[in-house]
Amino acid sequence: MFEVKIEVSPRDGIANPEGSTIERALPALGFEMARSVRVGKLIRLEVEAESAAAAQSLVEDMCNRFLTNPVIEDALVDVLET
Amino acid sequence: MTQRVGVIRFPGTNCEFDTIDAIRWLGGEAEILWHSDASVKNVDAIVIPGGFAHGDYLRCGAIARFSPVMEAVADFAQSGGPVLGICNGFQVLTEAGLLPGALQKNAGMKFLCSMQQIEFVSTQNVVGKGSAIGDHLQIPINHFEGNYVCSPEVLSRLEMQEQIVFRYTDNPNGSTKDIAGVCNEAGNVVGMMPHPERATSSLLGSNDGAVIIQSFLSA
Repeated sequence: MFEVKIEVSPRDGIANPEGSTIERALPALGFEMARSVRVGKLIRLEVEAESAAAAQSLVEDMCNRFLTNPVIEDALVDVLET
Repeated sequence: MTQRVGVIRFPGTNCEFDTIDAIRWLGGEAEILWHSDASVKNVDAIVIPGGFAHGDYLRCGAIARFSPVMEAVADFAQSGGPVLGICNGFQVLTEAGLLPGALQKNAGMKFLCSMQQIEFVSTQNVVGKGSAIGDHLQIPINHFEGNYVCSPEVLSRLEMQEQIVFRYTDNPNGSTKDIAGVCNEAGNVVGMMPHPERATSSLLGSNDGAVIIQSFLSA
């Protein structure tokens, strides 16, 4: 069994309305120094696989077909043994 | 000819009855198609209406696109059948790969519910019959994720192949190039964020959606 973390982030070059809104709000709290805010999501799951490499490849397949929309999102898959 | 239109209902769809009413009001026949049926029952045209299919979990339309009915919709679209996705239906069609691009959260992070002016950019599609390029329509919008995005390559292809169907005259949501609706290359699959079914009588504030649905019914 492998524990997997998937970091889903907006693709470079794609506007990120959540990030922009947060970036505009931060100076109101005194954080004028914050830049380049981007908001994505973290998906955690467990997967049964023969090896870490097999788990990696299964989860990448999940990402391509379902967990992310490649038009607007990128995924970073991190496999941890449990 | 009276078209028999199948209106797809997913768990969380909420515009199916408005859509059916509008179709009947304009002389068509309409019936509900349930998302877990693997067939579209010999209908002549398909509408994927608005709502929050499967709660919009993960991404709008991401779960709905794997419903059994969507395979039948893809076959229907492939064979040239007219398909119209409205609002959440547009999101489902982009997730399913039946239309290019994607819809993300509105710039400004506001849920928008307002009457909006849109302009016909192309009429070479199933909703353009009876309209001319440049025609202005008053159609309401009602969405949080209507901000159309696509790669620069896809955008230039859309422009070259006249696949941009509608543009907002006053962009409400940050949509790329003011895009409010697009179609596939063949013009038989159209997706739009504004709701034409909510603009089919002056009693509702506008009758401008009627020309869109009438065109679709005669496609």
